[in-house]
Amino acid sequence: MIQCLVHIVLLLAMPPLLLGVIGKTKALFAGRVGAPILQPYHDLVKLFKKGSVFSTTTTWVFRAGPVVGLATALLAGMLIPFGGHAAPVAFSGDMILFAYLFALGRFFTASAALDTGSAFEGMGSAREVTFSCLAEPALFFGFLVLAKMSASLSLTTMLDGTFPLGAGAAAPSLVLVAASLFIVLLVENSRIPFDDPNTHLELTMIHEVMVLDHSGPAFGMILYGASMKLFILGAFLLRVVAPFKGSDPWSDWGLFIVGMLAMAVVIGVVESVMARFRMVFVPTFLVAACLLSAFGVILLLR
Amino acid sequence: MNEWLIVLGIALHAASGVPGLFYPADDERGQRLSLAMAVVGSVSGIAGALWSLWSPPVSGAMMRVDGLVVCFLLPIFLIPTLGGLYGMEYWRQSQHPRNGRKLRLFYGLVTAALAGVTVAANTILFLAAWEIMALSAFFLVTTEDEDRAVRESGWLYLVTTHISTLCLFALFAILRSVTGSYSLEPLPSGVASPELVNALFVLAVIAFGCKAGLMPFHIWLPGAHAMTPSHVSALMSGVLIKIGIYGLIRITSWLPDPPVWWGGLLICLGAVSGVLGVVMALGQHDLKRLLAYHSIENIGIIVMGVGLALVGRSLNCMEWVLLGLAGALLHVWNHGLFKALLFFSAGAVIHVTHTRDMDHLGGLARVMPRTAFFFAVGAVAICGLPPLNGFVSELLIYIGAFRTLGIGQDVSWFGAAFVAPTLALIGALALACFVKAYGAVFLGAARSRHVEHAHEVSQAMTGPMLVLAGLCFLIGMAPILVAPALDRAVQDWAPGLMSGTRSLAVVAPLGWVGLGALSLIVLAGLAGVVLIRRVRSGGHTSTGTWDCGYAAPSERMQYTASSFAQILGGLFSWVQQPRMHRPDIKTVFPGRTVFQSHVLDIVLDAVLKPAYRVGAKFLSSFRFLQAGNIHAYLLYIVVFLIVLLLWK
Repeated sequence: MIQCLVHIVLLLAMPPLLLGVIGKTKALFAGRVGAPILQPYHDLVKLFKKGSVFSTTTTWVFRAGPVVGLATALLAGMLIPFGGHAAPVAFSGDMILFAYLFALGRFFTASAALDTGSAFEGMGSAREVTFSCLAEPALFFGFLVLAKMSASLSLTTMLDGTFPLGAGAAAPSLVLVAASLFIVLLVENSRIPFDDPNTHLELTMIHEVMVLDHSGPAFGMILYGASMKLFILGAFLLRVVAPFKGSDPWSDWGLFIVGMLAMAVVIGVVESVMARFRMVFVPTFLVAACLLSAFGVILLLR
Repeated sequence: MNEWLIVLGIALHAASGVPGLFYPADDERGQRLSLAMAVVGSVSGIAGALWSLWSPPVSGAMMRVDGLVVCFLLPIFLIPTLGGLYGMEYWRQSQHPRNGRKLRLFYGLVTAALAGVTVAANTILFLAAWEIMALSAFFLVTTEDEDRAVRESGWLYLVTTHISTLCLFALFAILRSVTGSYSLEPLPSGVASPELVNALFVLAVIAFGCKAGLMPFHIWLPGAHAMTPSHVSALMSGVLIKIGIYGLIRITSWLPDPPVWWGGLLICLGAVSGVLGVVMALGQHDLKRLLAYHSIENIGIIVMGVGLALVGRSLNCMEWVLLGLAGALLHVWNHGLFKALLFFSAGAVIHVTHTRDMDHLGGLARVMPRTAFFFAVGAVAICGLPPLNGFVSELLIYIGAFRTLGIGQDVSWFGAAFVAPTLALIGALALACFVKAYGAVFLGAARSRHVEHAHEVSQAMTGPMLVLAGLCFLIGMAPILVAPALDRAVQDWAPGLMSGTRSLAVVAPLGWVGLGALSLIVLAGLAGVVLIRRVRSGGHTSTGTWDCGYAAPSERMQYTASSFAQILGGLFSWVQQPRMHRPDIKTVFPGRTVFQSHVLDIVLDAVLKPAYRVGAKFLSSFRFLQAGNIHAYLLYIVVFLIVLLLWK
C-alpha cells in the first residue's frame, strides 16, 4: 500500500523535474547558467493561474485534447513498474492497454489541433499521427521480446529483471530493444535530434506546433501531460536497460530516482551534441527502430 | 420454440417490403408499416436467438441453431432494423417516390436471406438463401440506377458475387460426392483425401473471401458501399459482408484435421487485408469510400483472429482457439456496431450537405453537434481505442498472438506472433485515417458552400446512432457481459477441443479492461472538471485562430484531408499509386486553375483492369467465329460433339 502511494506521488510530482534537468544539462553544455532546475514547476503553476483564449472556430474537441491527454498519461503511469517495484495495477495483457492509452491521447490531441482550422496545427497533427504509425510496431516488437524472455504478459513481470530463459540468451535482444525504445522515446517526446520544441520556426515542429492555440490552464495540462509521458516511457526504458532489483524497497526507490535523473542527463547530452535531423529522416529512423526490435524478436526465436 | 421465433423474425423481415408495393408512390404509410413489421420481426428474432443461448442446439434437416449461429443472428436482426428507422427520415418515401418501394422490398429480403443463410442446415437451402441475399443486395446497390457510376458498381458487384457462388457450387458438389448427402454437417476424419480437403478449404476461402471483401477479392466493395444510400451501406458493411466470415468460420470447423498452413494462410491474408485496406482508406477523398476501405481492414483483423483459432485447432492449443475465435466473433459484432454508427453519421452529413467529398466539408461539429459526437464515438471505437468496444476484441486477438510465443504452455508457433506488430501498425494507421476524416468533416472551418445550409438531423436519424453508440460503450466498459455467448460459440466451433471449463473470462482480463475503461472515464471527467474550473476562475476570451501571426487567414488555407494524408501517402505510394493532375502553368500570372489527385485500387485498377484489357484484345481476334450466323453455330456444336464422341 505504501509502495503504491509512493508510486502515485512520484508519478504526479516528478515528471517536470526531468524537464528541468534536461534544460540544465543543455545550459551547462552551452556554457550558460540556465534556468533553475525547478523552473518547469513554476511555469506550470503560472499557466494554471492564467486566463485562457479560445479560438472562435473551436468546439469541445479542442478542450478535450489536453484533458484526455493528461488522463491517459495518468492511467498509463499506473500500469508501468517504477524501479524494482510492481506497478499498482498489473494484469495479463496490460501492455496492450498501456500502448493504446497513449494512442487515445494522440487521437484527441491531434483532433484538438485540427479543431483550430490552422494550417500549422494541421501540419503538426499530420506529422504526429504519421510518425506514430511507425513507432507503434517498434513498441510492439519490443513487447514481443520482453514477453518471450520473461514468459509473461504483464509489464510488471516483464520488467522485473528475471529471465527464465537465462540472462545470456536475453542480453542481445535486450540491447536491440533498448536502442529501439530510445529512438521511440525521443520521437514520441519531441526531443532533438527528431524534433525541437524550442526552434523559432513553426514549420519545422512536430508536437509543439499542434498546441499553438492552447493557452492558460489547458496549455499547462498539455505540458504536464507531455512531461508525464516522458517520465513513463523513461521509466520503461530504464527497466529495460537496468533491470536490477535490490533487497530493500526504499533503496530501490532511491535507485529509481537516480536512474531517472541520469536518463534526463543522457537525453540532455544527446540534445546538446547532436543537430536536428531533417524531417524526412524521422521515418527512416523509426523504420530502423522497428527493424532493431524485430531483429530482437528473431534472435529469440532461434 | 426458440427456433420458431427466429423463423417468424425471418418471415416478417422477408415480407416487410411487400405492403408498400400496394400504396401509391408518394404515400408514407407503406414505409411505416414496413418498419413496424421489421421491428416486430427483430424483437422476435433477437428473443429467439438469446433464448437459444440457454437451450440445447437445434439441429434438424432444414435448420440449425447453435452458439455460432446466434452470434451472427444478433447483428442481423439488430442493425437492419435500426437502419430502417434511420431510413424513415433519410430515404423518405415521399422524397424518393421512384425507388423507395424497391429499396424496402429488397432491404427486407436481404435481411431475411442473411438470417436464412446462417440457420440453413442443408446445402440447397443455404444456396437458395445465399442467392436471394446476393441478388437482393445487387438491387440495393443499384437503387439509384439512373446514375452511370451506380450501374457500374452494381455490375462489378454482380460479377464478384457470382464468382463466389460458383465456388460455393463447386464446394458443395464435392461435399455431396464425398458424404452422399445434402445436409451441412462436419466431415468425418478420413473420409476424404487430404488433397481434397485442402481443395475444399481453398474454395471456401475464395467463395467466402469474395463475400467478406477480403483482399485480393475486395474489388466490388468500395464502389458498392459508396454508391448506396447510407443505411444500406451500414447494412452491407455491418452485416452482409460478415456472412462471408460466417461461412469461413463454419466450414473451417467442419473440415477435419486442419494443417497448420490453413491458419497461416488466413493470418497472411488477414494481415494483407488489414494493412492495405487502411492504407487505401488513407488515400480516399470520398467519406463513404474511406469507410468502405476500413471494412476491408476490419475484415482483415477478423480473419487474423480466425487464422489464429485455426492454428490453435491444428496444434491442439485451446487458448489460442478461444482467444482467436472469440476475438474474431466479438470483432464481428463490434464492427457491425461502430461501422453502422459511422455510416449513419456520415449519411447524416451527406443528407444535409449533398456531398461525399471530405475536402468540401469542415466545421460541421458546430452545426451538427450530436452527429459529430456520434461520429467521434464511432471513430474512437474503430481505431480500437479504450474505453470502447473495438479495444476489447483487438485485445483478445493481441493476447492470443502473444500466447503463440509459448507463454504459459509448451506449444508455440512463432508465425502468429507477428500478428501483434501488424495489428499495432493497422491501429496506428486507422487512427491517422480517422483523425483525418473527423478533422476534415467536422472540425475547423467550412471549406465550401456545401456546408452553408447544414443543420442537425432529426431524431429518427440520431436515435439509431444513440443506440449503437450506447452499445459501443456497454461492450467496452462491461465486456464480461458478452463472454458467455462467445464461450458457447467457441465450444460449438471446436466441440472436441473445448471440453472442460476453460472460459473467456478466465483466459482474458475482461474485468480489468472494464475497470480500466471506467477509471479512464472517471479520470478524464475529473481532469475536465479541473480544466473548466480553472478556465472559469482565470477568465477567458474568444478570438480568431492565431495562425502564427498571419492577419488574414482563410478557410481554404486549412489542412485538407488530402494534405493530412500526404506524408503517409508518400510512404505507401507503392500501394496507393497516386495519380496527380497538375495544372499547366505557362504565364507569369496564371489564371484560375484546377488540381486533382486520386488513388488507384491496388487490385482492381493496377492488376485486373490491365489484365482484362490484354485478355479482351487477345480474345477479340477470335471474334470472326461469332459472326451471328446461326447455321455456323449449329455446325460448331455438331463438330464439337463429334470430337467429344471420338475422344471418349
